[in-house]
Amino acid sequence: MYTISHTTRYKYERNVTVCKNIARLIPFSNANQSCLETSFTIVPAPQTTRTYSDHFGNKVTYFEVARPHRELIITVVSQVDVKSQSQQDLLLSTIPWETVRETIHHAKDERILMVRDFCLPSPLVPIIDGVKDYALSSFLPGRPLIEATNDLMRRIFTDFKYDPTFTTITTPLQEVLAHRKGVCQDFSHFAIACLRSIGLAARYVSGYLETLPPEGAEKLQGADASHAWFSVFSPSEGWIDFDPTNNLIPGDRHISLAQGRDFADVTPLKGVIYGGGNHKLRVEVDVRRA
Amino acid sequence: MTQNAQSLEDTHAKLEDLIHLYGKSRRIAHDEMLSSGDEHLIKDHWVPLMQALSRSNPEALEHKNHEARRIMRESGVTYNVYDEPEGSTRAWQLDPVPMLISQSDWSGIEAGLVQRAELLNLIFKDIYGEQRLIREGLLPPEVIFAHQGFQRLCVGLYQNTKHAIFNYASDLARGPDGRMWVFADRTQAPSGSGYALESRIAMSRVMAAEFRENKVRRLSHYFRTMRSSLAQLSRSSRSDPLIVLLTPGPLNETYFEHAYLASYLGYTLVQGADLTVRDGKVWLKSIDGLSQVDIILRRVDDSFCDPLELREDSHLGVPGLLQAVRDGSVMVVNPLGSSIIESPAMFPFMANIAKHWLGEELKMPCAATWWCGHEKERNYVLENLDKLVIKAIDRRFPSVFGGTLSQQERETLRQQILATPYLYVGQERLACSSTPTLVKGQVVPRRVLFRSFLVAAEDGYNVMQGGLTRIAPDNDSFVITNQSGGVNKDTWVLTDQPDRQVSLLPDIKKVLLRQDAELLMPSRSAENLYWVGRYAERSEGVVRLLRTVLGKLSDVTEYHDEMDQACLRKMLQALTCLTDTHPGFVNPKSEAIFTRPEKEILAVVFDSDKAGSIVSTLNALFYGAFNVRDLWSADTWRIIDDIGEFLATVRAKKPSFFGLHNHIDTTIDSLMAFSGLTQESMSHESGWFMFDLGKRLERALQVIKLSRSLLCDVNGELDEQLNIEALMSTQESLMTYRRRYRLAGSAEAACKLLVLDELHPRSIAFQIVKLQGHCRYLPRQVKSLFNTHLNDEEKTLLHCLTSLRLSDVNKLCKADPKTSQRQNLLALLADIESSLFSVSEDISHRYFSHTDHGRQLAPQQIVEDAD
Repeated sequence: MYTISHTTRYKYERNVTVCKNIARLIPFSNANQSCLETSFTIVPAPQTTRTYSDHFGNKVTYFEVARPHRELIITVVSQVDVKSQSQQDLLLSTIPWETVRETIHHAKDERILMVRDFCLPSPLVPIIDGVKDYALSSFLPGRPLIEATNDLMRRIFTDFKYDPTFTTITTPLQEVLAHRKGVCQDFSHFAIACLRSIGLAARYVSGYLETLPPEGAEKLQGADASHAWFSVFSPSEGWIDFDPTNNLIPGDRHISLAQGRDFADVTPLKGVIYGGGNHKLRVEVDVRRA
Repeated sequence: MTQNAQSLEDTHAKLEDLIHLYGKSRRIAHDEMLSSGDEHLIKDHWVPLMQALSRSNPEALEHKNHEARRIMRESGVTYNVYDEPEGSTRAWQLDPVPMLISQSDWSGIEAGLVQRAELLNLIFKDIYGEQRLIREGLLPPEVIFAHQGFQRLCVGLYQNTKHAIFNYASDLARGPDGRMWVFADRTQAPSGSGYALESRIAMSRVMAAEFRENKVRRLSHYFRTMRSSLAQLSRSSRSDPLIVLLTPGPLNETYFEHAYLASYLGYTLVQGADLTVRDGKVWLKSIDGLSQVDIILRRVDDSFCDPLELREDSHLGVPGLLQAVRDGSVMVVNPLGSSIIESPAMFPFMANIAKHWLGEELKMPCAATWWCGHEKERNYVLENLDKLVIKAIDRRFPSVFGGTLSQQERETLRQQILATPYLYVGQERLACSSTPTLVKGQVVPRRVLFRSFLVAAEDGYNVMQGGLTRIAPDNDSFVITNQSGGVNKDTWVLTDQPDRQVSLLPDIKKVLLRQDAELLMPSRSAENLYWVGRYAERSEGVVRLLRTVLGKLSDVTEYHDEMDQACLRKMLQALTCLTDTHPGFVNPKSEAIFTRPEKEILAVVFDSDKAGSIVSTLNALFYGAFNVRDLWSADTWRIIDDIGEFLATVRAKKPSFFGLHNHIDTTIDSLMAFSGLTQESMSHESGWFMFDLGKRLERALQVIKLSRSLLCDVNGELDEQLNIEALMSTQESLMTYRRRYRLAGSAEAACKLLVLDELHPRSIAFQIVKLQGHCRYLPRQVKSLFNTHLNDEEKTLLHCLTSLRLSDVNKLCKADPKTSQRQNLLALLADIESSLFSVSEDISHRYFSHTDHGRQLAPQQIVEDAD
């Protein structure tokens, strides 16, 4: 069980008269986790709020602040109970990836038909040269899906350098591939591109990772961060998560927030403002075991 | 033989001649007029029209052609063309021979289209609902999921609407069996119904007799249904919902139609920036404040409608609109996400869907289409590339006819199809038919396409009894688009029964009465009108001054009088000041500019890059007026259009100095006509007050500038007299001045007339009084019980008027011995000028301030610490 606190702070140079925002900051519940409680606080208090579930099952909050403000603070505190996906069983799975591909593209089963959305290119994961070749080095003929995906994750972890100064959310995938640098979002997008290039279904997951302080040290407040990883579809196992930034199959330290075709479907917070001049953004995340 | 029989024989012979000639140039199997078997046999329903045409000689026919074009041009029916200099509009080309559709043919088309509309509506609701089509295998997932127009955020929004697809347009052509076949569906924001209506109005004049003789079905029913159905869609309990037509703006290719339909249907024409979302509701920002909008008839593509949730780079939309739709507080028609229904990839699956869902066969044939997402179909398309039209499922690139591609282009296309096959379809090219068209006085065949319009009503879809017919520019041409300059026709659906005579009049009356209190002035429109007023007055003032300058210039060239020379100098300086084109004639580098002023004068008139030049002011006037196209009467628009024509002419060919006089006279005529028409035919409500506020303010500022140049320096008496006369003449006040002061003309007299006289329509005081009056009519935020509350601008105006009234003309005109200038007058003018600037600012702030755009907040990025 975790308590996650996620605070977003926008500071503006001048007054913002009105802002309208869309947040995907409330964790969803599924077989692997249940979100028991969430408190959502916005300062200054919004005039209007709405919540609903989107097409991908994510919890969305819409809000409008229609009074002049120089600072906007959104704090979400959630209690999430996480059951880890059973990693041992996964690696025992022997279904070749080609069989999985065939099933996805030919099954008449409606669950699988709906998964086909995740085989197609998406706004931030277009089809680019070189990706398929990269994927095929892991997806050797007859290799089981999970084993091959695990290998792909390992290679990305090894080949790509973690560099938060190199990319922004608008850096195209080509750049990431060309320089082999980026952050969790880029690695996940790249892995998704690889999987889709060979006809598999892959999706993007945003969430949190519990970080552990060095031995003997006290954990720092707000030292955690938002995180992202990817998920591959297997007709028998369903969606299976992989974290290419840390080269591990998520267990009980990963808490999912939202899922979609790519980052654009799960942007934690976006908005349109009137006025304001330049703005500064600060995010603090704190993940604690309850 | 009797005379009657003789003339009957004649008619017969002429008709045979016409048909014979026509038949000779016929190229394709199906013809609208001639039967397919016998090429000289005319179909019954064409006989009366062709008899009538065959009685006319080529000159008379050509005259009809001119007449049709003239009417369309004069009504300002245009189509904006991309890829040409900004603002390039093309007059709508209308062929005077209508397309005729027989009653029996039409009843088949009508039934087929109604069924298709119902089916597309069901498909739409399913795609944004349960998605049974995908789950049950009736549609491959990629047909939906790979389509750019599939708005995932709209899933779940439309289940409670019976007819979610409100407007549907269908593109038709004759298929191989001679029936009409569908080759494209339009559901995003179908355009053309306004053009069809305008074509009909023109044709009922050009072909008045023929129109009466043939029993032609009317279009009005379609628009009445649209109006009443739309009003019923409102979910609010208000009896008179606020309906707006959302346009992308004047640069859109069919902007004319948006403006035309808005005024025809009685809706407020708005752009995205005119609307705002507050508390999950959509509001129109008008000069009266905010009013809640119930229904948006949109002409903006769906992905551009909401920069918060859809395309973030859109400036055409309304942030939060999707949430308002989700809340059910506003209806958008057609609904957001409807472009997916236009996908040609639906075609191959529709027959099966109709069978499963309706238990019916498709009544309307549609062009054979192969979706490349399936292997067998893909192979067929690749093998037959040269015979097929290749289309993207979502129009992400234009359709191509494989046969026109080079070997290399075809190979590239093949590779593209293989890379993402699900994005492509191959479609057979319909044979089309030819139809009689008037070219150079002869009736000749031209290939034809037809667009039909449907609107949802309580009892199902209603088909417009007519439509938009477009024909190819020449006999061999296949390509028919308005972008490449196609020609259009009116479409006459014929009937044996006289059509129910439905007059639009009672309905219009009701609408007008209802809209009386409702027709709101968007702040943006108000702002445009205010600036149109200012630019109109500014151009008029400058042109008048210029005319006086030219007169003086020719005096100087002829008589070489030193005093004229000095006066000319002053006037040239006034020209620079009035147009704000410094340095110009003020403190020039060389004195030579005064002896050879032609070059600078030409620049002040024609240089469109020079801010303040007459041409750039007229440009601003034209675009300002175009932006509120829906607010001008037909006659007023004709004048504005003339100004547009003038601008196009001088843009094409820079005029010489010699032609200047003519241009000036034409421009003054247009501006005077504009001024007169707006005064006489624009109803005096908020819009007019805004417009006239602009004019009055500008005129006052002009008089201030001119007086400063020509009335404030003290020179010899004769010099002064010349300057004053020049001033009076630019202000159309010379007669009054001479009559009033006869021999006693003086600076004092001039100052009295042009500055202080509250009864003289050219004086500063007169403008201030008018401005005060107008401000009282504008909507007020503060309503005081005794109406004594003054807004900031009213206070400033009161201050101006008081200063003027308390002024002593003798003191004002007394010269300062040191500077030889009338310091008091200068000070008064400066005070009034700065006061008027602040009035302008206050008005902008009060009525136009909410026209700013929002912008994106940097989305929250994920940057984590690596483990």
